[in-house]
Amino acid sequence: MVPLSYYLVLSAILFGCGVLGFLLKRNIITIFMSIELMLNAVNLTFVAFAAHWGVLSGHIFVFFVMVVAAAEAAVGLAIIIAVFRTRETLNVDRVNLLKL
Amino acid sequence: MRSLNLWIIPLLPALGAAINGLLGKRFSKRMVNIVALGSTASAFAYAVWVALQFRALETVPHIETYATWLRSGRFSVEYGFYLDQLSLVMLLVVTGVGFLIHVYSVGYMEHEGGYYRFFSYMNLFMFFMLTLVMANNYLLMFVGWEGVGLCSYLLIGFFFLRDSAANAGKKAFIVNRIGDFGFLIALFLLIKHFGTLQYNSVFEAVAGMPAETAGAGLLTAIGLLMFVGATGKSAQVPLYVWLPDAMEGPTPVSALIHAATMVTAGVYMVARSNAIFSRAPEALMVVAIIGCLTAILAATIGLVQTDIKRVLAYSTVSQLGYMFLACGVAAYTAGVFHLMTHAFFKALLFLGAGSVIHALGGEQDMRRMGGLRKKIPYTFWVVTAGTIAIAGIPPLAGFFSKDEILWKTWQYSKALWTIGAITAFLTSFYMFRLWFLTFFGERRGALAEGAERAGHGHAAPASGHGHHSGEPHESPMVMIVPLVILAILSIVGGWVGIPHALGGDNHFEGFLAPVVGASTEMHGGAEHAPAHPASTPAAAEHEPAHGQRSMELTLTLASVGIAALGFFLAYLFYYKNPALPKRMAEGAGGLYRTVLNKYYVDELYGALFVRPIVLGSTKILWRGIDATLIDGTINQSAEGAQEASDTLRRMQSGNIRSYAAWVTAGAACVIAYMVWRGLR
Amino acid sequence: MLHPILFFLFAALCVGGAINLLVQKHPINSALSLIVVMASLALIYLLLGAEFVAAVQVIVYAGAIMVLFVFVIMLLNAGAEERTAGSRIAAVLGIPALAVAIGLGLYVTLQHGITGDVALGSTPGYPHAVARPLFREFLLPFEVTSVLILIAIMGAVVLAKRSE
Repeated sequence: MVPLSYYLVLSAILFGCGVLGFLLKRNIITIFMSIELMLNAVNLTFVAFAAHWGVLSGHIFVFFVMVVAAAEAAVGLAIIIAVFRTRETLNVDRVNLLKL
Repeated sequence: MRSLNLWIIPLLPALGAAINGLLGKRFSKRMVNIVALGSTASAFAYAVWVALQFRALETVPHIETYATWLRSGRFSVEYGFYLDQLSLVMLLVVTGVGFLIHVYSVGYMEHEGGYYRFFSYMNLFMFFMLTLVMANNYLLMFVGWEGVGLCSYLLIGFFFLRDSAANAGKKAFIVNRIGDFGFLIALFLLIKHFGTLQYNSVFEAVAGMPAETAGAGLLTAIGLLMFVGATGKSAQVPLYVWLPDAMEGPTPVSALIHAATMVTAGVYMVARSNAIFSRAPEALMVVAIIGCLTAILAATIGLVQTDIKRVLAYSTVSQLGYMFLACGVAAYTAGVFHLMTHAFFKALLFLGAGSVIHALGGEQDMRRMGGLRKKIPYTFWVVTAGTIAIAGIPPLAGFFSKDEILWKTWQYSKALWTIGAITAFLTSFYMFRLWFLTFFGERRGALAEGAERAGHGHAAPASGHGHHSGEPHESPMVMIVPLVILAILSIVGGWVGIPHALGGDNHFEGFLAPVVGASTEMHGGAEHAPAHPASTPAAAEHEPAHGQRSMELTLTLASVGIAALGFFLAYLFYYKNPALPKRMAEGAGGLYRTVLNKYYVDELYGALFVRPIVLGSTKILWRGIDATLIDGTINQSAEGAQEASDTLRRMQSGNIRSYAAWVTAGAACVIAYMVWRGLR
Repeated sequence: MLHPILFFLFAALCVGGAINLLVQKHPINSALSLIVVMASLALIYLLLGAEFVAAVQVIVYAGAIMVLFVFVIMLLNAGAEERTAGSRIAAVLGIPALAVAIGLGLYVTLQHGITGDVALGSTPGYPHAVARPLFREFLLPFEVTSVLILIAIMGAVVLAKRSE
């Protein structure tokens, strides 16, 4: 019998790692993977609550999150490829032309 | 009561002003003349017709009301005109002399630019002046008062491209305004205490009040404040400083406005308000003293001036002092009489001086004149008539009016009489000085130099006096005829007021008696019994006591003697022995320079009032408040917005990771807010 | 008894993988760590009884999305990450903000004591049990997401195409 809060803490830790990766890493693809990590952490929260309350809508929402994550990954990677073609670099600090 | 349609009189010049002002640019000179002269002439003709109807009027004063102008509670002001003997006299003087001066101007302004503008302004002036003298309440009079001040400004600064002219116009207007401030406060007091500004209502209300003594009191205050306005408009001490500078305007302007009509508005106002003044003897005393002081002060300054128009300007100030002296001793009819005769001979003198200046192609400095007697004979003879008139030599007009003033003053205060007599001497002296310097002796100024200075009095951008360089030439007929008419008036004009002591009937005093009779009665003192305030304008029947009559004759002879003395000394100094004045001037040294510089009054005002105000306005109001505070606030807020945006701009660095950081920070804030709300 | 042990085991795997993702320099290593994280998460889902979700996690996430990532990494042949100056503000602002956010969230959840344990396999998340709500109450979102995927495909194709 694992208390619900354990799952929530785990989710928080994973989410925190995802954000840290987003903030600190310099490779675009790695940043993307951190985003996926964040999404996964959220999924875990959903499923945990679904189990706690015994409703299945949590699962369904997780399903949708995954679908969206997939779509987003596809488009995002396409963008990365497009950017790579012009900038020849995957370093996010070099892609900084959109500024005032 | 049959309406005389008095509104036509001011309307005609107003129309003339409007037509000339709006369309005159496209008119030919002839057309401008027709409009301007036609409106003035028809106004004069109508005024004459009104005068003829005057005897047949049932009620005098004849009041016509046309519309209500303001209404506030129980206070209302109307457009209305007031016709009584006093306003009739003023009306005739203004329209008559005005018309003659308009005719003269046709010749004088022939070569000047802005021809239509000049006549438009002159007609506008006539309109305002007529409003002033015919108004039936103080507020409408004030409208005319301000209007003539405006026209004075416009006309003094007529040659607006000249700095000195523009400054003179400004000075006139501003100094006038100071006087108007006093006048306005007097009006406010009237409104507060009597609830009305209409002449007849005010005079009725005042009639029930006793004479004020001990210097305090409402009527004294009102009287003094009104007189402040009069000092501004009629150039008395201390607000006379604008009149000499006003000579920057064209000479007809000086004649019309600064000799015959506008400056007499103050005298008219005091005479009109005699009901108030008679019940405020302290105020009257102030009027008399200031009038006397101004008379002698201006006379002394005029003594040493070298510009012909300046001499006449100071002479005007001095003569106005006489008029106020007359009013101050409650001899209102004498004051108005002198106003009328002064209008004649002073306008004549100014126009004559203009003729001289025109003849010399712009020369105004008397030191360069001389020997013009044979060259410009008509001008010479008319100016002679004017000079004799102003000096007070019988039987010309000035003698009778000035003499009456001096006689009435003698009965009030011997001291004031003495000063008045000295002033009469000085008047005679400086006028004959002018006469000798201008017309007699050798021509002193070099002709070439004279022609070169064509910019001096006539200065206008388009002055084409080329054909005048060379010999001085007589003015054209259009300028001479008005001069002759005025000369005739100067000679015979005084004959309506020959006093009883000399065997006349003094029609003038009798005519005006109903207007001022009660006041003259009220004014204590050993006067001859005044006409009772009946409405018959017949000759007043008073038989002065025999002792008084001989006193009057003695004083009359004294004043003739004084005038003759002035003539003789002028003859001595400026004809027989021309080097003498220069020696005396050098001998007097500092005193001479002080008087020549007008006692440094202008400099005193400049230091006391003008400079501090200008300094304060520049440093405090302009630099301090306007530039620093108001502009600064707005500029600072704009700059602040810029700086804030500059700071905020650094958020948009293009660096994706910093964006992520900001997003995280935002998320943290939202979560914090939600937690806080949840915890409350 | 077994439940907590299994939970901690898989949780450790998750956290380890996550930290490894952060630490690794070459993206391919990070990708592989992420696969580990996802697998562990799938196992945790199984612990919670969410069979369908676990299966989908493995098939879609670990099997498709991560493969896509690996393909792109290999396609672009991105090398090890180099150190660039970057922005300091990311760290200076982001990490405290993160700490605040996570801290607050945890504080609230733990403070209010959401009591209750979760039993092993408490919610039977059978496929047919999930399918019923999915095609009844949630039909509209379902259809919308399918359109979303279509758009994503089109977008990916357009973006990644080499311009001629």
